[in-house]
Amino acid sequence: MPVRIVEKHKLATRWMHWINFPVLTIMIWSGMLIYWANDVYNVRLGGKVIVRFFPEWFYKALHIQHRLAEGMAFHFVFMWIFIINGILYIAYTLVSGEWRYLFPDRKAFREAWQVVLHDLHIRKTAPPQLKYNAAQRIAYTMIIVMGIGSVITGFAIYKPVQVQWVMILCGGYEAARVEHFLLTLGYVLFFLIHLLQVIKAGWNNFRAMVAGFEVIKEKDGSQNQSL
Amino acid sequence: MKEFVVDDKTAKKYRRKSLIAFIIFFALLALGWTGWKYLNNAPRDGGIRGGLQKPLRQVLDLNEEVYSGLFSSKRLVKEYPRSKAAPRARVNGDVGLDPSLFDSASWRLQILRANGDTLSLTLDDIKQLPRYDVVFNFKCIEGWSQITWWSGARFSDLIKKYHLEKEAGMKYVGMATPDEEYYVGIDMPSIMQPQTILCYQLNAQPLPMNQGYPLRLIIPVKYGVKHLKRIGTISFSNTRPPDYWAERGYDYYTGL
Repeated sequence: MPVRIVEKHKLATRWMHWINFPVLTIMIWSGMLIYWANDVYNVRLGGKVIVRFFPEWFYKALHIQHRLAEGMAFHFVFMWIFIINGILYIAYTLVSGEWRYLFPDRKAFREAWQVVLHDLHIRKTAPPQLKYNAAQRIAYTMIIVMGIGSVITGFAIYKPVQVQWVMILCGGYEAARVEHFLLTLGYVLFFLIHLLQVIKAGWNNFRAMVAGFEVIKEKDGSQNQSL
Repeated sequence: MKEFVVDDKTAKKYRRKSLIAFIIFFALLALGWTGWKYLNNAPRDGGIRGGLQKPLRQVLDLNEEVYSGLFSSKRLVKEYPRSKAAPRARVNGDVGLDPSLFDSASWRLQILRANGDTLSLTLDDIKQLPRYDVVFNFKCIEGWSQITWWSGARFSDLIKKYHLEKEAGMKYVGMATPDEEYYVGIDMPSIMQPQTILCYQLNAQPLPMNQGYPLRLIIPVKYGVKHLKRIGTISFSNTRPPDYWAERGYDYYTGL
């Protein structure tokens, strides 16, 4: 039986992806150790707190309490890896031309909606795609913009005097902290959807992120597409 | 992205390549996990490098070099109109402020000079120096901040008036409460920054006891932990002086 090989992810992309995963996890975890020391955020509806960031049981379960110093140390050590890895990724994506697969095109927003409908089994067909579908293009570009946002808001909180203009750009010191927090919630949301999609996409898709290629058994061996 | 159909032999090669990639992937995963465990269990130093795993402390020291290298005393902390200042400044921390150990009548600011002499100043001596008001967003290391209004004498004016130029030529200033329970170390450029004051008033009233009466440090380029309340002694050195929170795992520099 003929086998089709799809060479999907470049070696550099895979390295940077898998470095980012644990590093971002450490950044979020150490960020929570820091946030705990002044955990003032919540969502209110009609004056009533409906979501509290975070409830006591949450802190207890993750052993977050009384670890501010440790959190700050990890945060300000691993931020360098996060920043360097991010810069390398952006540079690589631009130079290698991979951005063509990643950047949302003009049809992206209409198509992304169709992808969502298709994923929810409301629509039968998905729009045609290259490496990434329109929803992925938007998500994977958004996550980079969010990363840049985290670095900017992060420095606004971290060095509000030395880079005061960054702090002011963020709308002030406290606003920057809120933004930094919201971006983190965004990562968690991204991660959950990403994980579900990876599970749904199956083994070959995951293999491509590790080995770089998919190995697909062809039912009909006559095709030889080149994309 | 390339796609192509291969024969069985080549397909087998790709499957082997895939297997090797996964072996490397899991090996790196194990390596990363080992590194993480090592980092968390790494030995800790004592003193101002205490409370933290050595490798983390080394990077924080490196960070300190980067930020103190980039520091400019010309970059001023944003100031606000007095009307924006909170009527009640938040109180956080009471180490070194035990009222039973403090006698306000005998209090003097002790400045340990480089030649071994001690310069002993009263609060009135400090008040003789030009008064300077600073209304700024006070930032606590815990994450909260508050606009507050403080008044006192510039630290740099104290240096000038009492001819402490030789001392100011050193790298660090150490400060401690009269009972020596709380103490901080601060780099010279930060303490010589023009908004750093020896503060004796909050909202134009004498400092309350819990804000460090009679004299405290206000240093807007640092987190609150460095704004020592109730200054007992001031010393100068070329090595980093002891620091209460650095000994407990916090970053020594904590510059904003």
